[in-house]
Amino acid sequence: MSETDTHDPNRRDFLYIATGMAGAVGAAAVAWPFIDQMQPDASTLALASIEVDVSSLTPGMSLTAKWRGKPVFIRNRTPEEIKAAQDVKLEDLKDPLARNANLASDATATDADRSGGEGKENWLVMVGVCTHLGCIPLGQQGEYGGWFCPCHGSVYDTAGRIRGGPAPENMAVPVFSFISDTKIRVG
Amino acid sequence: MSEGHSTYTPKTGVGRWFDARLPLPRLVYDSFIAYPVPRNLNYAWTFGGILSIMLVAQILTGIVLAMHYTSDTNLAFNSVEKIMRDVNDGWMLRYLHSNGASFFFIAVYVHIFRGLYYGSYKAPRELLWILGCIIYLLMMATGFMGYVLPWGQMSFWGATVITGFFTAIPLVGDWIQQLLLGGFAVDNPTLNRFFALHYLLPFMIAGVVVLHIWALHVVGQSNPTGIEVKSKTDTVAFTPYATIKDALGMIVFLLFFAYFVFYMPNYLGHPDNYTIANPLKTPAHIVPEWYFLPFYAILRAITFNIGPINSKLGGVLAMFGAIAMLFIVPWLDTSKVRSAVYRPWYKLFFWLFAANCIMLGWLGSRPAEGSYVVMAQLCTLFYFAFFLIVLPVLGLIETPRRLPNSITEAVLEKNKGGSGHPAGATASPETKG
Amino acid sequence: MKKILTLLAAAGVVFAGAAAFAQEEGGHSEANPTHFPIHEPKQSNWSFAGPFGTYDKAQLQRGLKVYKEVCSACHSMNLVAFRTLEDLGYSEAQIKALAAEYTVQDGPNDAGDMFERPGIPSDHFPAPFPNEAAAAASNGGAAPPDMSLLAKARGVERGFPQFIFDIFTQYAEGGPDYIHSLLTGFDEKPPEGMKIPEGTHYNPYFVSGVSLKMAKPLSDGQVTYDDGAPATVEQYSQDVSAFLMWAAEPHLEDRKKTGFRVIIFLLLFSVLMYFTKRKVWANVAH
Repeated sequence: MSETDTHDPNRRDFLYIATGMAGAVGAAAVAWPFIDQMQPDASTLALASIEVDVSSLTPGMSLTAKWRGKPVFIRNRTPEEIKAAQDVKLEDLKDPLARNANLASDATATDADRSGGEGKENWLVMVGVCTHLGCIPLGQQGEYGGWFCPCHGSVYDTAGRIRGGPAPENMAVPVFSFISDTKIRVG
Repeated sequence: MSEGHSTYTPKTGVGRWFDARLPLPRLVYDSFIAYPVPRNLNYAWTFGGILSIMLVAQILTGIVLAMHYTSDTNLAFNSVEKIMRDVNDGWMLRYLHSNGASFFFIAVYVHIFRGLYYGSYKAPRELLWILGCIIYLLMMATGFMGYVLPWGQMSFWGATVITGFFTAIPLVGDWIQQLLLGGFAVDNPTLNRFFALHYLLPFMIAGVVVLHIWALHVVGQSNPTGIEVKSKTDTVAFTPYATIKDALGMIVFLLFFAYFVFYMPNYLGHPDNYTIANPLKTPAHIVPEWYFLPFYAILRAITFNIGPINSKLGGVLAMFGAIAMLFIVPWLDTSKVRSAVYRPWYKLFFWLFAANCIMLGWLGSRPAEGSYVVMAQLCTLFYFAFFLIVLPVLGLIETPRRLPNSITEAVLEKNKGGSGHPAGATASPETKG
Repeated sequence: MKKILTLLAAAGVVFAGAAAFAQEEGGHSEANPTHFPIHEPKQSNWSFAGPFGTYDKAQLQRGLKVYKEVCSACHSMNLVAFRTLEDLGYSEAQIKALAAEYTVQDGPNDAGDMFERPGIPSDHFPAPFPNEAAAAASNGGAAPPDMSLLAKARGVERGFPQFIFDIFTQYAEGGPDYIHSLLTGFDEKPPEGMKIPEGTHYNPYFVSGVSLKMAKPLSDGQVTYDDGAPATVEQYSQDVSAFLMWAAEPHLEDRKKTGFRVIIFLLLFSVLMYFTKRKVWANVAH
């Protein structure tokens, strides 16, 4: 061995390296199914999108739908809540990004970009999971009349934006669209 | 093993035949009978033995519980209740197992703090110490996954919070969390894999324990003086001396264990775990098992951003950092003297550190609000300062007390105090090794 | 050892100070409390408390009667089977008769239909509602919790330093104390200025708010006892709390009896081991 060490790479070295590489590739290929099986399975992924009927929600009412094992808050906000959310200045926000999967990742957390947008600004659709460690915040509570997380005291405003406590981000807005005026597709 | 030569001589023909082919009796003889242990070990040294019987007890109760348990989200909670109500002696096995986890951790904490107090981690025992830290990590993983299995509210929400740690990792965090959960939230795939791993990990612990004991037998045991064994008079044979002392320690420990199992089996648990898991309802106040509380307090103490690191990642890093500190202790402590007995300042800081850990544990059980947060931050600061400032600096500036020349000398000095021990073997003239 | 004790004492002082400090800062005003329950649970003398505690069978029978006639209208008890009522002192025939009072759904039969039949001892108590959603819908949005484990699933945190004393007093009756306090706490009046949400009922012993959905469930004379025990809310509530403790921990007596034997054995064993150890080490200074 010591002889070959000092030599330039030759055919024998290449053979060793190629054999070693083939072994590594084989080992990785065998390992992959063992890792891959741990990822979400087909039946879990099948529930990746849901349709929710929101015709019964009058302003001030919310419902919680279960999507991908997590609660999704759908709220028909009152004019006061919308006003309160619109009046907040962007520089007062702990997290200035919209965190809205329907928009670009650098969209700012204005109320329009958090809610259903033009003409649908009364609708707020978001994953009801605290961005701290995944608890479910309680609705219409806390300092800003939005959401309050009982686990570690994070406070969200009426647009689901983080305003206080340990959570780092606004509550996530999932991909959603209005199929009709009374039906929302999430995912 | 450490001596490199064995004093084992098989007495029978069969023994010689066996020894020539598989020297297993020789290994046992050298490791657990003739093995020399320092004569001055106190009862803090019995916790190694206590931990091994706790591991065996947990594996035994665990295996029989697994015969009755069902790891399906629809059935898990009721299968545990079936064990508690219908299975013969099931209530006892289940309480032994759930309280056994707590007592396993009590024993491991005494064991770790003993190591810190007497400087057992110092050269040449660094690897021995690190193997111990690995066992502790595996124990935490096992304990956490075991707590999920009864599928109560705390099981579910504890799992949600703890797997939530991984989402703090930039870029790959969400993928890692989904890989752990097998879905987008804690659900049936999670419960199933946690059960499989909860069954597997104790055997991995047992494997690392073998390495831990192997390493111990290579370097030999430390002792309260921290002075290495120098002559044969410094030691006694493992059997009967250490065996009988360990046995006494174990029985007294089991006495405390039995007190909890039979008289207050739910004292160390949380009432919410007797409510079946509900993914749409968070309990008012999520707390982990008591043995994780100090780390939980450190996690929650980081409420502020540190440069580019947000508070969430900062909390997770601080928590894992707190465990990582243990791994590097052998290189943080600069003192030439091992034992706190001869280090007056270290002794003071050690007890402050112990009190600080208890305080952190208590703070971990409090809601994260108001002055609790500030106190947790101060305690977290002291926790890290102990490792990163006190340990390195104290070793350089502290003047240790005079060390005895040998273990035998230390023992004789202590007994001169007039405790009236029969001097016996030690009365023989000073021996030189 | 002395050092450890001093340390514990010092830690105790720090804890107490910290707890008092935190409590003060909480901004606890009467009409607007921030910590629940408002009152600590009342502690009763339970027959099953302490190392030699046993269930009072007559009390459990009365508690069962209260459960059957009052609680079971809304609360299920899914985990408890009729056969286990033997623990309450009933004979097999009595249990058969009791089970037969209930109708249980069974099936499918040969024609593939579900059918109803009278209960048998191996059945569990049938639930008042087919599922949790139905239970919530019939009760103003809050499903009444299942009662099988209630006495172990409820409890008010004891706080420092009480939780340390509890180890020595073997206090493990937080569940029944809580249930009893709650059941007898509906008559207390809310303090001036407190806002009670509509459709809920003030109770200063409730663990997660000022009020709960359940209205006062018990009133004097509601259940007729056969054994002459007083027909008062206080008595009903004691009895049903004891009954729920049995439902949650049916093997409690067995546990404490076994525990006594185990502790005695270990004590003797440790004394023997101690003297053996002394003997072995007698000639070795250490």
